[in-house]
Amino acid sequence: MAVRGSRLRLYLRPDVVLINVIAWGIALVWLLPFIGLFMVSVRPYGEVIVRGWWNIAGATFTMDNYIKAWGHESYSIAQGYMNSLIVALPSTVIPIITASLAAYAFSRFSFPLKSYLFLTIILLMALPQQIVVVPLFLAMRSLGLVNTFPGIILVHSGWGMAWIIFFMKNFFDLLPREVEEAAKVDGASDFKIFYKIVLPLSLPGILSASVLQFTWVWSSFFFELIFLVDPSKWVITQRIASMKGEYLVDWGLIAAGSVFAMAVPLLVYVLLQKYYIRGFMGWTVKG
Amino acid sequence: MGRRRTSLTPILFIIPAFLFILTIVIGPSLATVYMSFSVEGKLTLEKYFEVVTETSPKKALVLLPEGLEPPPWGALVHNIVWMAIHIPLVTLLGLFLAYILRYTIGSSIVKAIIFIGMVIPMVVGGLIIRFMFDKDVGVVPIVFDVLGLESLAKTWTSYPQLSLLALILGSVWLWTGFSLTVYSAALHAIPASYIEAARIDGAGHWHIFWKIVFPLVKPATIIVVIMTMLWDLKIFDIVYVATLGGPGGSSNVLALVMYLYMARAIDYNAAAVVAVILTLLTIPPGLWLALRGVRSGR
Repeated sequence: MAVRGSRLRLYLRPDVVLINVIAWGIALVWLLPFIGLFMVSVRPYGEVIVRGWWNIAGATFTMDNYIKAWGHESYSIAQGYMNSLIVALPSTVIPIITASLAAYAFSRFSFPLKSYLFLTIILLMALPQQIVVVPLFLAMRSLGLVNTFPGIILVHSGWGMAWIIFFMKNFFDLLPREVEEAAKVDGASDFKIFYKIVLPLSLPGILSASVLQFTWVWSSFFFELIFLVDPSKWVITQRIASMKGEYLVDWGLIAAGSVFAMAVPLLVYVLLQKYYIRGFMGWTVKG
Repeated sequence: MGRRRTSLTPILFIIPAFLFILTIVIGPSLATVYMSFSVEGKLTLEKYFEVVTETSPKKALVLLPEGLEPPPWGALVHNIVWMAIHIPLVTLLGLFLAYILRYTIGSSIVKAIIFIGMVIPMVVGGLIIRFMFDKDVGVVPIVFDVLGLESLAKTWTSYPQLSLLALILGSVWLWTGFSLTVYSAALHAIPASYIEAARIDGAGHWHIFWKIVFPLVKPATIIVVIMTMLWDLKIFDIVYVATLGGPGGSSNVLALVMYLYMARAIDYNAAAVVAVILTLLTIPPGLWLALRGVRSGR
C-alpha cells in the first residue's frame, strides 16, 4: 500500500509530469515515420499525394498496394520472401553450429595461441564488409558461385562466424562446469559432452545468436548487391530498393514493399524479444 | 597443468570455423590489401595517390572540383561530418531518454518504439528517410512550410546543401535505440539509493543527471561512442537507397565510393584502395573493443 501510494505521489510531481509529456512526445515523433509509411501503404497514392497521409477524413483504405507489390512483375515481393528465406535460414544454421564448436574450445580448452586467436576474432568483428568483396567476387566468379544461393550463404556464414564465436564463448563461460567435469570423470568424450550436456543447456544462448544472425542476414544488402546480380535471385532488400523508379516515385508501392520487408524482423523481435535483446547486449555491452 | 592429455580435440573443434574465417574473411582481406598496392605487377602507392586526389563527384574522397555547389567535400569528409554530428546527438539523446524513462509511465513501450529503428532493415530505414523529407508526402518539409521557412520546405534529398543533413538526422532516428538500450542497462546497474540520497539532499534533475549519472555511466558512454563511430564509418545502405550519394556527390560516403568503383567503374584496384582506407579507420575503435574483450574474457 505504502509503495503504491508513494508511486502515485511520484507521478503527480510537476517535474515528473513534464518528464512524461517529453518522453511520450519523443516516442510519438519516433513512431511518426512508421505511421506515415503505413498510411501510405493502405491508401491509394493519388489520394495521398493530393490530401496528405495525415489527413484521414474521408480516406479510402485499400490493400491494392500490397497486392501490387506482392505480385509485382519486375520486383515480386513473393519471390523476394522466398529468396531471402533460402539465404537467411542456412546462413543462420551453418555458422551457429560451426561457431558454437569453436566457442566451446575457446571457453574450455587450452591450446597454443589461444588468446591471440581470440583477439583476432574480436578484431574481425570491426571489419567493414567492403574489405573482402573484391577478391571474393573474383574468386567466386571463377568458381561459378556468383549469382548462386550457395555462394551468398557461404559468404554470410563466414562473415557471421566471428561475432557468434565471441558471443557463444561468453555464454559458455557463464555455464556451470560441474556436470561436464563429472561426465569427463566417467569417461565421456569431449564431443559427446558438448552435444549431450553443453548444447541442451545452451539453447537460450543459441536462440539469441540465431535470432540476431537471422534478422541481420534478412536485412543484409551490400553482400547481395555484389554477389546476387541476376534480378531473379534478388532478395527482398534488393527488390524494395529498386522499386523507386527513375522519375516517378510510387510511394504506395514502396511503402507496401517496405512493410513486407520489415514485417519478418519485427515479428521475430516481438515474438522473441527476450532473446533478441540478450543477443544484442551480448554483441555490445559484454564486449 | 593436470590435463589428462594434450589432445587434438581443441583443434578439431575450431577447425571448421577457422576454415570459414580464413577463406571468407582473412584471405580476401589480405588479398584486398595486396590489390590496393599492385599496379600492373608492381607494388606502388600509385593507386592511393590517384584515389585520394580524385575529384569527380561520385568518387572524390577529400575535395570536389571548384565551382560545384557548396560545400565542396568528398566522401571521407562526409563520414567525418557524419560522426561529428551523429555521435554527440545519439549519445546525449540516448542517455537523456534512459534517464527520463525511469520516471515515465509505460517506459517499456517507449523503449520498444525507439528500438524499432534497430530491428528493421537499413534499406527500409533509408527509404523512410527519403519519404519523410519528400516535399509531396513527407512531414519535415510540411512542418517547415507551416513555420514559413521556405528554404527548408522542399525535398531535402534533392538539394546538395541538405541531403547529407537529412541522412544524418535520419540516422539519429534509426540509431538512438542503440544508445538508449545500452544506457538503460547501465542506469539499471546504478543503485537507486545513490540517486535517492542526492534527491533527499535537494539536488534537481539537472544536477543528478550531470554530476551523478553521467560519471557513473562512463563505461557505457565509451561503448556507445565506439560502436556509433564504427557504424558511421561503415554506413552504406541508407545512403544507397535515399540519395545514392547525390545530388552531385553531396552525400557520398566511403563505403559507397568503394561500391561505385567496384560495380560501376569496374576498377577493382581503386575499389581495394578505398576498402583499405575505410578499414584503417575502423581499426583504432576495433582494436579498442578487441583489447577490452580479451581483458573481460578472462
